[in-house]
Amino acid sequence: MLILTCPCCGVTAEETEFHGGGEAHIKRYGPGSSDDDFHGYLFEKVNPKGVHFERWRHANGCGKWFHAARCTVTLEVFGTYSAQTTEPPQDIKDKISAKRPGWSWREFA
Amino acid sequence: MSTRLANGGRLLNKSQPLEFTFNGKRFKGVEGDTLASALLANDQMLVGRSFKYHRPRGIVSSGAEEPNALVGLGEDAGFEPNQRVTTTELFDGLICASQNHWPSLEFDIGAINAKLSRFLPAGFYYKTFMFPRPFWKHVYEPIIRQSAGLGRAPRDRDQDSYEHFYAFFDVVVIGGGVAGLQAAKAAGDAGAKVLLMEQTPHWGGRAPVDGGTVDGQPVDKFVDGIVAILETMENVTLRRRMMGAGVYDHGYLLGYERVNDHRPDSTGPRHRLWRIRAGQIVTATGAIERPICFSGNDVPGVMLASAVRDYAVDYGVSIGDRTVVVTNNDDAYRTAITLKKLGLEIPAIVDTRAGGGGALAGEAIELGIRVENGKGIARVKGAKRVEAVEICVQAGEGAALETIKCDAVAMSGGWSPIVHLWSHCGGKLLWDDEKAMFRPDVDNAPTGADGEGFVRCAGAAEGHLDLADVLKGADSAGKAAAQATGHKPKRSKAPVADNPKEAGIEPVWLMPQGAGVKLRMKAWLDYQNDVKVSDVQLAAREGFESVEHAKRYTTLGMATDQGKLSNINGLAILSDALGQPIPQTGTTTFRPPYTPISLASIAGEARNETFQPLRKTPMHAWHAENGAYWEPVGAWRRPYCFPKPGESIEDAVQREVKATRDSLGLLDASTLGKIIVKGPDAGRFLDMLYTNMMSTLKPGRCRYGLMCNENGFLMDDGVVARLDEETFLCHTTSGGADSVHAHMEEWLQTEWWDWNVYTANVTEQFAQVAVVGPKARKVLEKLTDDDISAEALTFMGWTDVTFGTIRARVFRISFSGELSYEIAVRASEGRAFWDAVLNAGAEFGVTTYGTEALHIMRAEKGFIMIGDETDGTVIPQDLGLDWAISKKKDDFLGKRAQERRHMSDPTRWKLVGLETLDGATLPDGAYATAEGSNANGQRNVQGRVTSTYHSPTLGRGIAMGLVLNGPDRMGEILEFPKVEGAVMRAKIVEPVFYDKDGEKQNV
Amino acid sequence: MKRYSAFAVAREALRNHMGWERAWASPEPKKKYDVIIVGAGGHGLATAYYLGKNFGITNVAVLEKGWLGGGNTGRNTTIIRSNYLQDASAAIYEKSRSLYETMSQDVNYNIMYSPRGVMMLAQTQHEVRGYERTAHANALQGVTTEFISPARVKELVPIINLDGPRYPVLGALWQARAGTARHDAVAWGYARACSAMGMDIIQKCEVTGISREGGRVTGVSTNRGDIACDKLGIVVAGHSGHLADMAGFRLPIESVALQALVSEPIKPCMDVVVMANTVHGYMSQSDKGEMVIGGGADGYNNFTQRGSFHHIEETVRALVETFPMISRLKMLRQWGGIVDMTGDRSPILSKTPVEGVFINCGWGTGGFKAIPGSGWGFAELIAKGHSPLTAEFGLERFREGRFIDESVAAGVAH
Repeated sequence: MLILTCPCCGVTAEETEFHGGGEAHIKRYGPGSSDDDFHGYLFEKVNPKGVHFERWRHANGCGKWFHAARCTVTLEVFGTYSAQTTEPPQDIKDKISAKRPGWSWREFA
Repeated sequence: MSTRLANGGRLLNKSQPLEFTFNGKRFKGVEGDTLASALLANDQMLVGRSFKYHRPRGIVSSGAEEPNALVGLGEDAGFEPNQRVTTTELFDGLICASQNHWPSLEFDIGAINAKLSRFLPAGFYYKTFMFPRPFWKHVYEPIIRQSAGLGRAPRDRDQDSYEHFYAFFDVVVIGGGVAGLQAAKAAGDAGAKVLLMEQTPHWGGRAPVDGGTVDGQPVDKFVDGIVAILETMENVTLRRRMMGAGVYDHGYLLGYERVNDHRPDSTGPRHRLWRIRAGQIVTATGAIERPICFSGNDVPGVMLASAVRDYAVDYGVSIGDRTVVVTNNDDAYRTAITLKKLGLEIPAIVDTRAGGGGALAGEAIELGIRVENGKGIARVKGAKRVEAVEICVQAGEGAALETIKCDAVAMSGGWSPIVHLWSHCGGKLLWDDEKAMFRPDVDNAPTGADGEGFVRCAGAAEGHLDLADVLKGADSAGKAAAQATGHKPKRSKAPVADNPKEAGIEPVWLMPQGAGVKLRMKAWLDYQNDVKVSDVQLAAREGFESVEHAKRYTTLGMATDQGKLSNINGLAILSDALGQPIPQTGTTTFRPPYTPISLASIAGEARNETFQPLRKTPMHAWHAENGAYWEPVGAWRRPYCFPKPGESIEDAVQREVKATRDSLGLLDASTLGKIIVKGPDAGRFLDMLYTNMMSTLKPGRCRYGLMCNENGFLMDDGVVARLDEETFLCHTTSGGADSVHAHMEEWLQTEWWDWNVYTANVTEQFAQVAVVGPKARKVLEKLTDDDISAEALTFMGWTDVTFGTIRARVFRISFSGELSYEIAVRASEGRAFWDAVLNAGAEFGVTTYGTEALHIMRAEKGFIMIGDETDGTVIPQDLGLDWAISKKKDDFLGKRAQERRHMSDPTRWKLVGLETLDGATLPDGAYATAEGSNANGQRNVQGRVTSTYHSPTLGRGIAMGLVLNGPDRMGEILEFPKVEGAVMRAKIVEPVFYDKDGEKQNV
Repeated sequence: MKRYSAFAVAREALRNHMGWERAWASPEPKKKYDVIIVGAGGHGLATAYYLGKNFGITNVAVLEKGWLGGGNTGRNTTIIRSNYLQDASAAIYEKSRSLYETMSQDVNYNIMYSPRGVMMLAQTQHEVRGYERTAHANALQGVTTEFISPARVKELVPIINLDGPRYPVLGALWQARAGTARHDAVAWGYARACSAMGMDIIQKCEVTGISREGGRVTGVSTNRGDIACDKLGIVVAGHSGHLADMAGFRLPIESVALQALVSEPIKPCMDVVVMANTVHGYMSQSDKGEMVIGGGADGYNNFTQRGSFHHIEETVRALVETFPMISRLKMLRQWGGIVDMTGDRSPILSKTPVEGVFINCGWGTGGFKAIPGSGWGFAELIAKGHSPLTAEFGLERFREGRFIDESVAAGVAH
């Protein structure tokens, strides 16, 4: 039963206050894009066994979206951060690297 | 025989006698007894029958690990099957019955299985019962099902209540023995907020029975003292009768409090489920003694050595007049010494160790007890009760050296730390060869949200069996837990304990070591599921080598005790059979709950009326008072129709449609979503969300809009009104209100966060009433002086109107095709407005109508319904709604998706109307067949019904559907088979059945 | 393989069961196989079995990183039904169900297929319409289902509460010849049959890499050495993305936790399987007497095989409401697994961008019932390059916008 801290309103709450929103940092492709790009946007998921960046909404609270960096194998939460980002902030990346030597942020597809 | 002793019974209040009934017979007990001790005091050792072989089963333990003594407790609404007698506190008037036998406990026909046991080894059912094929369902399975199960199913409704309780603590200590008490004190002294829970009604655990001194005083005095101190500490909460049921991720813990099981006539909840968030958890859960595997180790009267002395000391009950003790470690000597001092006979202590025991063995010998080293028990004699044991050399094959008459056997194969809560979230174990136990690997604790360990262990749970080590370790654990939650532990010393020095354990997994197959077939591992040593060896022989395979194949550890007495012995036998060390075999997965918890406690208060929150519109009470037939719509209830007394549902619906089209109808439309979208970029935003061009909508006007998801499919529809330059009001379907709002916020916050636009979900702020029919304007004109003439308020316009004192926004939109106004008023005034319109409409024969009439009227006009014409796979182009898709926009959600091959395929089924040839109504969801079958032998289809009703307006059945090339095939006849086979035939027509030119809404 | 029968049990009983052979061999991996299947769960073993039985392809290895059948095959709630809406789904699930009917006899292992009936309760008008549509579709697909009345529901399952104050039961979609089977036995039965055909099931063998040359698979590397193959089938459920990564392609799947629980065993009180989808819970009674209970999946990517308690709470609450007599029963054990959910919640049985590599995954919460059908179709796809059972389930459908959507509606109603 996860605990997350909403970076928007500061409340630390259990997952029943939140609603998961899937993988974060997915680039939107629209009209004019290739079939591959569009398909990748909608359907290709990283689904990693390890560090994952995902979206959450504080549905039973302030209603805001945010991002979380979390390990899908140990459920360790490295941090939560603004949803208005195209990649995780440096301090979160540094925290993960410190705990998971050898890890690095993927390049945008 | 088992009896009550004249003296002793530390936990008893002998001044309070109690009466109880077992299998219809009345017995006497004493306050403080468990049902187990009371039964034993009355020499009722036989309490049940095992699952498979229906062998006689007696009480084998004194605690939660009991696998045998399960009874059906209580009667009628209070009946509960599978209750362990060892954890049931006796109360006056308790009624219970043994389980799983017929016709009686003493004479059970199921015992025939035991006679046939050699033909019924582990897994025999996988090899048989296959022929003839139908026999599995009709013969074998029913017999198996009838003989399986344990207790009988409850019949009556549970009248008790159950509650959930939320709690937050720095440190939660589970287990109120000396380790838990010390850990709680150490953590509490550091200033942490502590919860200490104990599953029994008593503090102190094993120590008061086992003895020893702490800081110079007898351990039970130490216990009293420390409890007294803890009770004064404000930051420490103490709870007895509360079990730690499960540890979950991020420090979540379930506590199961049996509030009133011991006083069933009390008010209040029977069980309380604590939902706890802990910074640190300390498991001081103790250890369970292991049985020894010798032939006949399941005969009633064979018991765990520690349990024998528990009954003697705590409850003043002697299990047997003559008790043989068999052991591979020093601890069981405590039982012999205790019984001897109470004046009971110990014919022999059988110690498998050639070198014998340590200080306790010396004490036993000094008391005159006979000790036989290097020996074991070859067999137990007796069926429903121990009568004698045969002694043999442990290192041999079981040749009997001597037969010793006795009526009880106290066995100890060693101790296994209770590691469940440690393991639930991935805590690892290591095998301690010296102590012959799996204990927590403290370097691999379960980790929490911060990646750090959040569970630690104390006492026997950690693998410490020596009292001094227990207290020292518990003190450290409590201090460390407090420190990990930001508190400063006091610089204090742990209590010092005095304990006799014990000689080491020598693991014995089979007794005797070389026991032949005949003995191994009666050496039991799992008492409840009847798994014996030979079964595990068979599993290994057949290649079920993984411990999980062996468990599932033999069902070892799968009974209601979840292997508490059998797991370790079982995996040791498996290891031996595979020729591999025990750590390589490993354990099976530990899962919550530690012991079974009531389903009612998990459900909590959410039952009956409070099962889920109910959303009510402001007019809900009126609907209820006026006979509404309800339909659940999400968390709302909407009236499906309002049948008059004696009127059928169907007739009510037909009447409502007629009355509305003839004159005047009223619908509570409050559940429809209403979302304000406001800001300089509002138009731009709605242009992305809808297929239509919304930014060109003028203030004062409305537009019907379609919303697709990024995958291109139609997900919601509704009328959008422009309130002013920067403000739009979007209506959604009832089910879409929250999800569309969430959808909007998702795009604004995660994609277009630099756009200047905000949304607000105001669904609940406004009541909305649809006033519909030829007399709609007339009735409203009675209620206002504002100009709502045909010219002032045109179709698809909106305006503010005051009705008396009630301010309203009136939308002239129509879902029925009639002259129609949807009127939004403040929610608090909704009921008043509703009443006012009803009042004013009486002269026009105003009729309230529900969702079904709504559906029929829109279908008569060919208007689509989200959820009927759409099913998550339909796009606007399928429904002839191309006109709502703007050609001028470069981008909107779903546009790119609709360019994909399958989405732009011209053979996609398209919306048409369907009229049966005979006027009958097509059934919901019927399919139109085409010639032939596909590659998988399924009939080919070319269309399906999406909505179908009997239309009172037209006096015939009407339907809408999606058909291959539908719009190009007007007049063609299609065949729709019913499920049972009869075929209906219908003609393809335009999907608008009534008022094709749309004149009535323009009146 | 020595035949199993009551006679064999009796005969061996007289020898104290010392004469039974291994159910499946435990060989060392060879250097090369015609086909390697990664994943010895039900689907992987079924695939191997039908490769042998239907196509005579027996030079096959099934590699398993843990112990066979130890993933979702050993964790599910054992329900078998084929009352799906879309043609493609109904075809493969009905093939599966019909294979279950004779599996015990086919593989000579009692998998205890019990066609006791499965019903799906309709508790809103929308669901009534949806299930009536499904019944119509099923009739044309050759699947025998019917929509039954509340009275008939009560007849079939007397312990049900029809008139719960929130969602009265309005009827149900009933498939009489659906039911349950013993999940472990399915894996063991297939494993034994595969082993008897000379196939190698290699446990404790974890694939660590997939080698390719010129866009074609050449073999795998494992913790027990490198093994070459002509064709590779990936059948690893929640770990599919992990394996796909090794082969260099991505999948439209997310792995989430799915939980289930059992009560203590009691005497028989429920003969059928009941699914109450409105309130998110379903229940049946096992042959041992335990009430077997399941609900919906958890909501975030998770490889722990543990879920969150509030899902258990929601499911139990729904079932206590639907079956009030279970209130005083006790939960004996709860557990979880990892299920892989695809973009349209339907499975993927497909070729992949790597020639010779085939993928079978995405069964989500509906995997157990599909084991034989999935194995049959996937074996055909591997052997022949195409199969009518798998044709609609290709990876390309996501690109084309041609989804197989079983959820039947946008989930809204007026």
